Amino acid sequence: MRALLQPVLAVALGLALGLLVTAVAGESPWRVLTILGQSAFGSPYDLGMTLFYATPLIFTGLAVALPLHAGLFNIGAEGQLTLGALAAAAVGALFPSVPWPLAPVLAVLAAFAAGALWGYIPGWLRARRGSHEVINTIMLNFVAAGLASYVTLYLLKNPESQNPETQAIGAGYVLSRLTWFGDAPLSTALFLALLAAFLVWAFLWKTVAGFESRAVGGNEAAARTAGIRERRARILAMTLAGGLAGLVGVGEVLGNAGRFRLGFSPDFGFIGIAVALLARGRASGVVAAALLFGALHKGTSDLDLETENVTRDLSLILQALVILSVSADGLWTWLRKRRAS
Amino acid sequence: MTSETPALELRGLRKRFGQIQANEDIHLRVREGSIHAIIGENGAGKSTAMKMVYGLYRPDEGRILLRGVQREWDSPSDAIAAGIGMVHQHFMLAGPYDAIENIVAGAEPEAPAWRFLPRAFRPVDRAGARARLEALSRQYGLQVDFASPVEELAVGVQQRIEILKLLYREASILILDEPTAVLTPQETTELFANLRRLRAEGKTILIITHKLKEVMALADQVTVFRAGRIVGDVARERTNVEELASMMVGRRVNLQIQAPPAPPRGEPVLEVRGLCLTPASSGERPLRELGLEVHAGEIVGIAGVEGNGQSELLQVLLHPRDYRARSQGEIRCLGRTILNPGGGERPLSTARIKALGVGVIPEDRHRQGLLLERPVAENFLLGLQGRAPFSRHGFLSGRSAREAATRALEEYDIRPRSLDVAAAGLSGGNQQKLVIAREFEGKPRLLIAAQPTRGVDVGAIEFIHRRIFRARDEGAGVLLVSSELDEILVLSDRILVIYEGRIVARFARGEASEQELGMHMGGGARA
Repeated sequence: MRALLQPVLAVALGLALGLLVTAVAGESPWRVLTILGQSAFGSPYDLGMTLFYATPLIFTGLAVALPLHAGLFNIGAEGQLTLGALAAAAVGALFPSVPWPLAPVLAVLAAFAAGALWGYIPGWLRARRGSHEVINTIMLNFVAAGLASYVTLYLLKNPESQNPETQAIGAGYVLSRLTWFGDAPLSTALFLALLAAFLVWAFLWKTVAGFESRAVGGNEAAARTAGIRERRARILAMTLAGGLAGLVGVGEVLGNAGRFRLGFSPDFGFIGIAVALLARGRASGVVAAALLFGALHKGTSDLDLETENVTRDLSLILQALVILSVSADGLWTWLRKRRAS
Repeated sequence: MTSETPALELRGLRKRFGQIQANEDIHLRVREGSIHAIIGENGAGKSTAMKMVYGLYRPDEGRILLRGVQREWDSPSDAIAAGIGMVHQHFMLAGPYDAIENIVAGAEPEAPAWRFLPRAFRPVDRAGARARLEALSRQYGLQVDFASPVEELAVGVQQRIEILKLLYREASILILDEPTAVLTPQETTELFANLRRLRAEGKTILIITHKLKEVMALADQVTVFRAGRIVGDVARERTNVEELASMMVGRRVNLQIQAPPAPPRGEPVLEVRGLCLTPASSGERPLRELGLEVHAGEIVGIAGVEGNGQSELLQVLLHPRDYRARSQGEIRCLGRTILNPGGGERPLSTARIKALGVGVIPEDRHRQGLLLERPVAENFLLGLQGRAPFSRHGFLSGRSAREAATRALEEYDIRPRSLDVAAAGLSGGNQQKLVIAREFEGKPRLLIAAQPTRGVDVGAIEFIHRRIFRARDEGAGVLLVSSELDEILVLSDRILVIYEGRIVARFARGEASEQELGMHMGGGARA
């Protein structure tokens, strides 16, 4: 019960603080709250946009959360998702005539594999060469960005467009939109994200390999003594993480843009870190945290437009206050202690 | 008892943490210039009481009197200012710095010529500090190398530095927490001599310990804690080891269990021949032409002062792959060659070795044996996760793991009887029983037991020893590595003495006396 109550209270507290700030700026808290709620959940379209923003964050949140259990910090989701999207677009553009439903399956596999490769490399380097995954994943983010612009601009460039993007994918690849949500570009990729969250949970808690990963993350020396192949467990965790991040490309390429657009991700990979930490590494928590981030993103983006005094910066402050209060672990333990004594 | 004012008196101290009553009704008088032992099992409340004495905790109730005057302090620095200091079990030293720097840190003497500078910028008067420390060291007979980084000094010397730290701060009451836990037998003897000298110079000493033989050798007065209360307070000469043990545990305990007769010796389960190891770092010890055999149905004990290659031997046995490039010789285990750098085969992986039927009670259960933050159920599963019935086709069977773990809690009397508490929440003895339960669950044919009763309560030691005998009687070979001579003597059917990476002496059960072993352990027979 407390597990559920605490985050809800935290969101409320963060919102209250945020509203205080906007009140100082001269906007009625009630009005701000109404706009926020309306904008995030007010209509099927708004809800659809919230879910649309949340989808990639579920993938990247999982991509950070899974290796956390194995004692690894994946800062490379951004690079992994870039390559995943590029691979999905490349398959779609190079083999446009593959029919549905084979086509999306192929693209999903390609996105997963490309991301997985980008997770395997730092996993291997950590396990076999001892070089720290944080540094390597950050570096590989740059390599991925460079690689993506080269492929986009020199190999798969869409000649009819002024924008840096690849040719369009074949018609068989396109994922259907969820029509309940009006014009929101929300596709069936959302279900893939939820499935991924379930599979990550099942992997961590129901499989031998997942147990071994968690053991390595819990105490490497003890895991080694118990005969667990700690290097293999580490490489596996990073590879799976990379693949999960790569699946961001499915929603973007197959569900939304129909092609790879350079720089499409507004730092999904990095926001994924916040999502995973907020979720304390739990798969269900990742889904909830991604929804919170999606709702905040959608909600605050309209504040700027619909109010006089809440500028874009102020709405970012409001977002930040909510996130801060949710992640303020120490505050809650402190409160609990005070009540106990 | 005389009517003189005690150096330290506790009157009705009480402390609770949440639901747990850690201390209740603690009355204690410590005579000036005496050595007073505080004994009790883990969790009996002795540490809590001492932490109140030196200012880390504040008592909920009760009074602390220092030489008849009631005192209160908010922190250990208040306590040390009043003359009470503590030497912790894990030393509080900064490794790269030398003894002088470690001792004066926080109370640096200032060179008088620099008084014009703000306090934080005044240089330390090293020469003055050194002169004072050398005088202290002479006065109390505490020999210390003041010039080397402390991390390069032996543990016994580091402990003397910790004691000097308190003397430098003019402490008159010294509390030592499990001071002999990390010492070799020789260092222990030296420590006791040092403590007697300190007593002769008028210092009052409290030692927290669970080693009863040491209490009998050293203390003037003994106070026994059990379940947060004091259950006994006796003069050393009016008691004995058996009585103290019974007071601690609350029932009669059998300190020296009788070894059941050994079953007939079977096939060799472990053969080590000419094993050499070249150390890769200064912290690692070499192995030199080390040879040993363990047969089914026998316990082979390796006696030795810690740091003579025991840890390295255990590591090579368990992780031969990591040592392939730096080792020579051959190891065969349960019919398989697991290491043979000369023969060109790849050494076996740890997973394969364990799967042959090897159980391991690791030296350091916190670092190598447990996932401290994870629940008991998962700790029980660690290492068994790949075997039926705990998993099938890569999927865990949570239920069979929980069933087996529940049975183990019962059979090994692990408390609390909960699968869901974190392993860190168990006492040392219960943690060790958990490790043992898990390793025995795999029905090992070779059991490697390193320091199996380190930091374990008296009551649990008896239990663990019986289990090891039972494993032997059921046909397992046991390789026992222990720095406790008593344990080696009780358990081992054969005793090997390790010194500087070599086996220097071999005895059958009953052949060797403690003195003889001690001499070989110190390298005496070779010199």
